[in-house]
Amino acid sequence: MAVSDYIPVIGLEIHSELLTNSKVFCTCSAEFGGEKNTRCCPVCSGLPGTLPVINRRAVEFAIKAGYALGCGINKFSVWDRKNYFYPDLPKAYQISELNLPICLAGEVPIEYEENGEKKSKVIRINHIHLEEDAGKLVHDDLNGVSLCDYNRCGVPLVEIVTEPDMRSPEEARVLVETIALLLQYAGVSDCKMEEGSIRADVNISLMRKGDTKFGTRAEIKNVNSLKSIYRTIEYEIKRQAQILDRGGEIVQETRRFDANKGETKSMRSKEDAHDYKYFPDPDIKQVNLRDEDLERLRAELPEMPRERTAKYIGFGIPEKEAKIIVSDKVISDFFEDALKTYDNPKSLVNFINGEILRRINLGEIDKTAPRYSPAEVAKLVQMSDTEKVSKNDAKEIFREMAEKGGDPEEIAKARGMLIVTDTGKVLEVIDQVIASNEKAVGQYVGGDVKVFGFLMGQCSKALRGAATPKVIKEELEKKLKSLCD
Amino acid sequence: MTEKTVKQLRELLDRKEISAPELTKEYLKRIETVDKSLESFITVTADKALAAAEKAQERINRGETAPLTGIPLAIKDNICTEGVKTTCASRMLENFVPPYNATVMEKLDAQDAVMLGKTSLDEFAMGGSTQTSAFAKTRNPYDISRVPGGSSGGSAAAVGGDLCAASLGSDTGGSIRQPASFCGVTGIKPTYGRVSRYGLVAFASSFDQIGPIARSAEDCGIILNAISGSDPHDGTSSRNAVPDFNEKIGKGMKGVKIAVVKEFFAEGVDDEVRNSVMAAIDTYKAMGAEIVEASMPSLKYAIAAYYLIASAEASSNLSRYDGIKYGHRSDIVGSYNDLIIASRSEGFGDEVKRRILLGNYALSSGYYDAYYGKAMGLRQKIREEYADIFTKCDLIITPTAPTVAYGVNENIDDPKKMYQADFCTVTVNIASLPAISTPCGYDSKGMPIGMSIVGRMWDEASLIAAADAFEKQFSRIPAKL
Repeated sequence: MAVSDYIPVIGLEIHSELLTNSKVFCTCSAEFGGEKNTRCCPVCSGLPGTLPVINRRAVEFAIKAGYALGCGINKFSVWDRKNYFYPDLPKAYQISELNLPICLAGEVPIEYEENGEKKSKVIRINHIHLEEDAGKLVHDDLNGVSLCDYNRCGVPLVEIVTEPDMRSPEEARVLVETIALLLQYAGVSDCKMEEGSIRADVNISLMRKGDTKFGTRAEIKNVNSLKSIYRTIEYEIKRQAQILDRGGEIVQETRRFDANKGETKSMRSKEDAHDYKYFPDPDIKQVNLRDEDLERLRAELPEMPRERTAKYIGFGIPEKEAKIIVSDKVISDFFEDALKTYDNPKSLVNFINGEILRRINLGEIDKTAPRYSPAEVAKLVQMSDTEKVSKNDAKEIFREMAEKGGDPEEIAKARGMLIVTDTGKVLEVIDQVIASNEKAVGQYVGGDVKVFGFLMGQCSKALRGAATPKVIKEELEKKLKSLCD
Repeated sequence: MTEKTVKQLRELLDRKEISAPELTKEYLKRIETVDKSLESFITVTADKALAAAEKAQERINRGETAPLTGIPLAIKDNICTEGVKTTCASRMLENFVPPYNATVMEKLDAQDAVMLGKTSLDEFAMGGSTQTSAFAKTRNPYDISRVPGGSSGGSAAAVGGDLCAASLGSDTGGSIRQPASFCGVTGIKPTYGRVSRYGLVAFASSFDQIGPIARSAEDCGIILNAISGSDPHDGTSSRNAVPDFNEKIGKGMKGVKIAVVKEFFAEGVDDEVRNSVMAAIDTYKAMGAEIVEASMPSLKYAIAAYYLIASAEASSNLSRYDGIKYGHRSDIVGSYNDLIIASRSEGFGDEVKRRILLGNYALSSGYYDAYYGKAMGLRQKIREEYADIFTKCDLIITPTAPTVAYGVNENIDDPKKMYQADFCTVTVNIASLPAISTPCGYDSKGMPIGMSIVGRMWDEASLIAAADAFEKQFSRIPAKL
């Protein structure tokens, strides 16, 4: 049988760190990075006698994540201890939620292309729970030691558990991308894969076409990029299909993905699975939410990607362009801000999707800390539209803004790119050109209109950008026509 | 001087009849002469105590005295003290010096109380004899061949032996009340949530409470006034207003309804203990209290429920001691697992290991419902039975322990018998209620007997008033050490 004879059944557990200022059970900074072990205290490093105290904001962010993913919210949620020994977990238990998680079932619509065909689907969310992140182990093979960095220990994390609704690596990839975008818009996570702020456990099994019963699944832990999620699933489909083809059975087990080799490897079988001995954490009171709290949090949720896309299409922006803008919250917010200065969505989108994204993709611009402001870019686009600068010069001016910063008008002036239409000056130059090019003028009057280009060139050269070509052309034509009469 | 109550010492200090440093020196001298045989302290912080006393005296001189300014106290060695070893009487934490104070220590410091040192306990507060301490197997001040009770045995013996004015203990299943009873002193376990647990090294988080041990109920109230209140570092601390715990003293017992719950006086309680507590109840009757009878059918399951829940929580709480970050680390070299297995095997004593095993078993997949789940159901049942009893009465009086203090070598090898002896005290922790133990008599050999007065949640003031009323009718016989 071929791989295509099997249907993969995929479910994900997506872990995303929340953007709170402080950790979930203490007041340490939750920011990424920092010198090793500088963002920890007796509480998050689990010293004897210390107690966790729940960060209200983390709970609120988890609820907002729930709303962003269409989930119901559990008004009574209980924290549990998940017990296991590992050096990155200083208490030897992780505070998590097992039976009464903060968010209940939800739905996330995804859209993607398959063989050039547009497809859409709704992926069901089983629940979302809030928990604390563990620390980080640094293995020093040279000295044969492992070192612990507890900066990340206690950073709030939501685990988004989907139903096994995905049937291809592309669906899984798009779901993670979509969820990351929704969390970014909700303002609860930056979902930076490279900083580990979003990662996923992939559950996958195969069933034969026509079957209704799911096969035995393997769980691949801690896959930390969109590309790896795709590759993990691709690999697992092949691996499991080969086993099934040989008449073998899939072992229920936990595996790990090796991004260098593009393979998954067994970590532990079901028999060796941890018994986490969950029980309710007696140190943390049950969280009881009031209706008014939930109403407030829902109302605080900003405009989401779907609403923004519809709004942009309403502006007359083509759907494809609108989606490009919306697919990056930083860019979309930039666009929204630029609109406040120059209310011409189409022009702004053309410039952003063309010039700005091009340079960002080339790596010339750090989009999170650009040297130019939305207002400055809006002004530049407006200058270009009103022909105060030429389209080509606008690009040149933007390059300088991106490199050094500065006001577009100032840059245009300093570099002689500013077009000031002074009709008196234009007429003066035209008169001069006509006076010093009698022969060409004679040809034109005689009916040889081809020389117009030459005369136009002479005028433009003499005006050196002091007027738009359109004005020069109009005035020159007028003048020449009057000579013909 | 060292036998006086906190209230008496306060007056002497305020009248400048003795200075705070002089008072501290008295206690340090007594510790030096007596504690070799009593072994109530693990660490004596003489220099720090004298420095604190000097500071307290300056405050007294300025006339800015707080109730505990200059009062020498002993602190159970499972309460974190910044810069002072906090061992939990375990090899595991033999050299652990916390970089932070427990909230109760901050509160005592705010009054410029004087800490004399850290007192012994059963390892990690697990036990009722203080004989599982890795460092100081404390003896009873009334009879040096007997145990002081536990787990706050060091704190109770230090008060009973006049080695401090009062002390702090912690109570998970009777660990303040039972040693107070064995050592002839008064100790109160406050309502769960009354006193912050921040800095109390956790044994069983849903039961643990810090409380005072002193020579009178009123002294207990003075200390409780100082250490109570909500704490941003402890999410389980209550936001309820803190009253003056001594405000009900002297209001009399007339019309107060006291319940006698028959199961607490049943088989297993020594006759001398039963008679002494019944006689105390008669004293209350004579003072005008109304005595009612009540029953707690689930009491027979209380020990099982308590040990399952407490051990389950303990197994998780004690998992952090892996020898990696602090505490005992084995010299055995191997994998991470080898290292923690060796460190924990060497660092913990038998009783602690027994409870870790018990707790892990109770929480294991496949056993959870039968053990932990069922115990939690019983916890709810016992709460309901208490609520029902309190519809008929204001207070409940029970023996604190079924026996007086026993010999140091008795019971040690029979954990089941040791656990069973806690049946008078554990239900109070199960139901989060406050209870005070105060001496009510002495047996034929002169060993103290204690009774416990149990009250409604947050009603410590009534317990203190009732215990105080009895004290005024009762002649205490001090230990002759």
